[in-house]
Amino acid sequence: MASLEVRDITVRFGGNVALDQVSIATEPGSITGLIGPNGAGKTTLFNVITGLLPPSSGRVILDGRDITGLSPTKRARLGLARTFQRLELFSLLTVRENIRVAADIRRGYSKDKDNPAEIVEAIIDRVGLREIAEERVDRLPTGQCRLVELGRSLATKPKVLLLDEPASGQDETETELFATLLQQLAADGTVVLLVEHDVQLVMNICKSVHVLDFGQIIAVGSPSEIQTNEAVLAAYLGTGATTP
Amino acid sequence: MNVLELRGIHAAYDRIDVLFGVDLEVPESSVVALLGPNGAGKSTALRVAAGLHAPSSGDVLVAGRRVNGVRPEELARRGLCLIPEGRGIFPNLTVRENLRMMSYTGTSEAVIDERAFLRFPRLKERFTQTAGTLSGGEQQMLAMARGLATDPALLILDELSMGLAPIIVEELYEIVAQVAREGVSILVVEQFASTVLGVADFAAIIVHGRIARAGRPAELRDDLSKAYLGA
Amino acid sequence: MDKFLTFTIVGLTIAAIYAVIASGLVLTYTTTGIFNFAHGAAGMLFAFTYWQLRFDWGWPAPVALFVVLFILAPLFGVLLEAVIMRGLEGTTETVKLVVSISLLLFMIGLAQLIWKPGISRPMDNFYAQNPPINLGPTTITIHQAITIGIAIAVAITLRLVLTRLRIGIAMRAAVDDRPLSMLNGARPNRVSMLAWAMGTSLAALGGILIAPGIALDAPSLSLLIVSAYAAAIFGRLRSLPLTFLGAIVVGCAEGYLSGYLPQNQYLSGLRLAIPAIILFIVLLVLPNPRLRGRMTRSREFFPTPTIQGALYFAAAVVVIGVICATTMTDPDLITYGKVFSIGIVALSLVPLVGYSGQISLCQLSFAGIGAIVVAHLGHGGDPLAIVWAVLIAAAVGALVALPALRLSGIYLALGTAAFAVTLDRWVFTLPRLTVFGLFDVNLFESGSVSVDPLKFLGTTFDDPGSQMIMTAVAFALVSLLVIAIRRGRLGRRLLAMKDSEAACATLGLNLLGTKLTVFALSAGIAGLGGALYATQLTSITPNNFDLVSSLQIFALTVVGGIGAVGGALIGAASLLVLLPLIATLLPSIARWVVLFPGGAGIALGRNPNGAVHDIREGFAPLITSRKMMAAMTIGLAAVYALRLADVITNWPFVLISLAVIVAVTIVANLTQPRVVEAAAGVSEAELADVPLEWRGIDRAWTEADRDELDRRVGMSEAELHGVA
Repeated sequence: MASLEVRDITVRFGGNVALDQVSIATEPGSITGLIGPNGAGKTTLFNVITGLLPPSSGRVILDGRDITGLSPTKRARLGLARTFQRLELFSLLTVRENIRVAADIRRGYSKDKDNPAEIVEAIIDRVGLREIAEERVDRLPTGQCRLVELGRSLATKPKVLLLDEPASGQDETETELFATLLQQLAADGTVVLLVEHDVQLVMNICKSVHVLDFGQIIAVGSPSEIQTNEAVLAAYLGTGATTP
Repeated sequence: MNVLELRGIHAAYDRIDVLFGVDLEVPESSVVALLGPNGAGKSTALRVAAGLHAPSSGDVLVAGRRVNGVRPEELARRGLCLIPEGRGIFPNLTVRENLRMMSYTGTSEAVIDERAFLRFPRLKERFTQTAGTLSGGEQQMLAMARGLATDPALLILDELSMGLAPIIVEELYEIVAQVAREGVSILVVEQFASTVLGVADFAAIIVHGRIARAGRPAELRDDLSKAYLGA
Repeated sequence: MDKFLTFTIVGLTIAAIYAVIASGLVLTYTTTGIFNFAHGAAGMLFAFTYWQLRFDWGWPAPVALFVVLFILAPLFGVLLEAVIMRGLEGTTETVKLVVSISLLLFMIGLAQLIWKPGISRPMDNFYAQNPPINLGPTTITIHQAITIGIAIAVAITLRLVLTRLRIGIAMRAAVDDRPLSMLNGARPNRVSMLAWAMGTSLAALGGILIAPGIALDAPSLSLLIVSAYAAAIFGRLRSLPLTFLGAIVVGCAEGYLSGYLPQNQYLSGLRLAIPAIILFIVLLVLPNPRLRGRMTRSREFFPTPTIQGALYFAAAVVVIGVICATTMTDPDLITYGKVFSIGIVALSLVPLVGYSGQISLCQLSFAGIGAIVVAHLGHGGDPLAIVWAVLIAAAVGALVALPALRLSGIYLALGTAAFAVTLDRWVFTLPRLTVFGLFDVNLFESGSVSVDPLKFLGTTFDDPGSQMIMTAVAFALVSLLVIAIRRGRLGRRLLAMKDSEAACATLGLNLLGTKLTVFALSAGIAGLGGALYATQLTSITPNNFDLVSSLQIFALTVVGGIGAVGGALIGAASLLVLLPLIATLLPSIARWVVLFPGGAGIALGRNPNGAVHDIREGFAPLITSRKMMAAMTIGLAAVYALRLADVITNWPFVLISLAVIVAVTIVANLTQPRVVEAAAGVSEAELADVPLEWRGIDRAWTEADRDELDRRVGMSEAELHGVA
């Protein structure tokens, strides 16, 4: 079973501390939620985990291996995949081509030489993109773009999947479908770390939830624990929220 | 007469729809708080009000006059002052130069400095310091000083408390309350809901780009935790 | 020690000039985000203007200086901002770059149009007749003292303007946070205009100071000033103090190197290339930029070429080659025949710039390498030399790419330009030399080197006709290769990388390897083009492969449409067919054609997809209809038969052929409902959909916008007039 662990990650930008000794341990085969107010450092943490941003201190551990010094490319090849809050799709390509790029890249470095075209078709069916496979992605609504990005990251057959606000821009049906999909992925053994504004979604599908505020983890627990946690309420609602 | 009014505002970034028909009124000499969870569309509503973001439909009225499409610098010259999220200052300019930028709105430099120091004496000590080297609280004070120096008709505050220690946030909101008592209309967006509810005359909760609930602050407290945490 | 002081003074003088020029560049870049490649050319243009006023018309120096520096140059800067630069916000970096490169070409053309090249225009130093000032161990001329003094004065003035004047503070504020400065009521357009006015004045001042030291020659003056760019890069194009420091480093390095380097034939060229080499080194020691996602959403639209379309295109190219070869006279073929070989060089830009979004301004240098290889290894027309030309050019391309690919965007453009300058100023001019006693290297034999005609398939390609057909076939084949790349795995990967390097990296793509591949591939294609070009020229000189020509090809190919092979053909054809043709047919405007490449590039800001996109749209109904294609083929064949039978001469042949093509296209467009490509609609819709408050920023302000603004603000006509 795969596992991802973040130990004591600190990130400083100039004098500001964006992340302060953040530690997260994920459970294999389950979805871990990460929530927090704007500017709490969620996307920064994803950038650190995927290697796009070097941390000032701390370690990222994938399957027991310290990957802190590795490039984003090497990390991806070890089975780390992500989606982006600000969609980073290949806008000049079609849906199928977007996923194909990822499948081709995987074939280039991986030992198993599955036919990339077959992988792509399987993912298109799994994510439900068959009808729009030939569309150029820059003509799609955001909700579908989120699915394409998920499909693209699945083409690398990730062990650990980081999702940055995957439900934003999706309508309710899409979000429901998405939730089911994530639960299946987790059941298949993929580690899923989910950053999401749609608190309802997080509460519904996550086994444990971490709350980030001012770059610090202020609470960890099950969804129901989090919903009644005083520190969380304070972070979201202000200092005096619990004593109205 | 409403100082500011948003009527049926729809707005989108790129292709992401953010606001779905937002109505909001800021009556004269009152403080209105716009609350809601992350990504609900609070900042976008403010950006639309200040002319920084064009709504895809709906009207923006300032003092009863439709101002859709009026450029932000013109709105600023008409007395609408937005202090944006994350410190509305120029970090590489000195405090003095930051204040001086406000003279574009027609107020003389001497008056601006005088007003700023009256409200924030600490800025006088930092007059020649580069703004980026000030502490977070001082930066926010500078941003507010700049906004207030022009004697605006409407002050719009976006996440005043972002990244600041609670004690400084309280200090800042004391000043907001004071400004409100002087008769300036204020529209404020804030995550620290309870702090701002103490100051506001009216409040509205925005969820998923729609106004979910609006009314007097006391009526809204219970709706908040549901909106924020789904509990 | 005395020598050292002398060289220091020389170095500081150069540094002073670079500082003046570079500070103008930084000013415009930071406030408007446009790196003005034509900054040096503006300096050149006003150096010429000053010469005209001061030395040709004999105006007193103070008057001439005042007119140039405080009236003409600022006005020109304001004009540039209002007419050209303002429309560029929101366009891709490539488009911005091409527009400013085109501006450079345009200004060189303009200068050559007004001031005929080849005539000596001496420009005296200031107070040249006065004796130098004695400084004890050494002396300093008054010109040198004035130059250094001016740089100091500029530094102080800039500091005062930027910290004391409100508009200066607004300029810095706009750099910090442009939207916020608008919220304060500052008018961003005025700030930009001032920046361009000041920047152009500084360029003019630098040009006037530097011109007396070297010959008043448009291209070399425009590019020599490129060295000042190295100084600006020191300050990462942002910091003025660091820019001044950079100027001192670059200037002194130049002073000492030209003072202390031994005077010999190998190093004389190096002296000219020093600034470029320093620029290259400075670029390389810059810290690695962090991987980032997409910055601006591009308005580009490159459709995937179909196999059928590709074959049609390739066949058409070959047919055109054959028709030209069989109908044109030899002198005409020599004039127009290079279109396909240079076309291949232009094609090399398609995968590199079009697909992967990397910028290279040194493709003609790779072509030069191919040409040298074929000149030296192709004795007796050995076709194997072509293979070597491709391989060696590709290897050099990879070698250049290895360090340069840490760079991106504007920095990559500057790095490759520096490489091109190093090659054409120094390496290509090297006399015979021996490397490590092993290789006898003799690139251009210090002048020109002859090239044997190519010989293969039992044919010697020694006449312009056969060369035309051969290069047309080569162009067609390379086009098919480039299209195959686009349709295949590599093409998808390149387009993906252009869109988001961050996404590619997190999918496990080896970015460096991919960039290296496309750079080597592109250099190899350019090498092939250069090799074929060389066999057509029969004798080559370094001048055939200089940076300015490289820039022309780059600009015109982007204008043609960098994302498609057709764009390369349009680019090459407009340079090598259209221009000579206009010059021949209309001798009265022949002088003006020098302005064309620049003018076309400047116009690009309006149509970032390139001309080929519109042309393809027009021809789409024709190509999709078999009947129409057959009709056209028969028609053209008939006209061609008439020409071969000498029933008609060349001009009627061309005109009737064109008439047939146009007629069939029109019929096709009328009979078939035109398939409007949705994406074209998107890009236009996007243009129209600029929110009202961003008009005039994102695109040029029009009368219609004013009307709409009035309407939306709620002011009726009557109200307006009532107020007035």
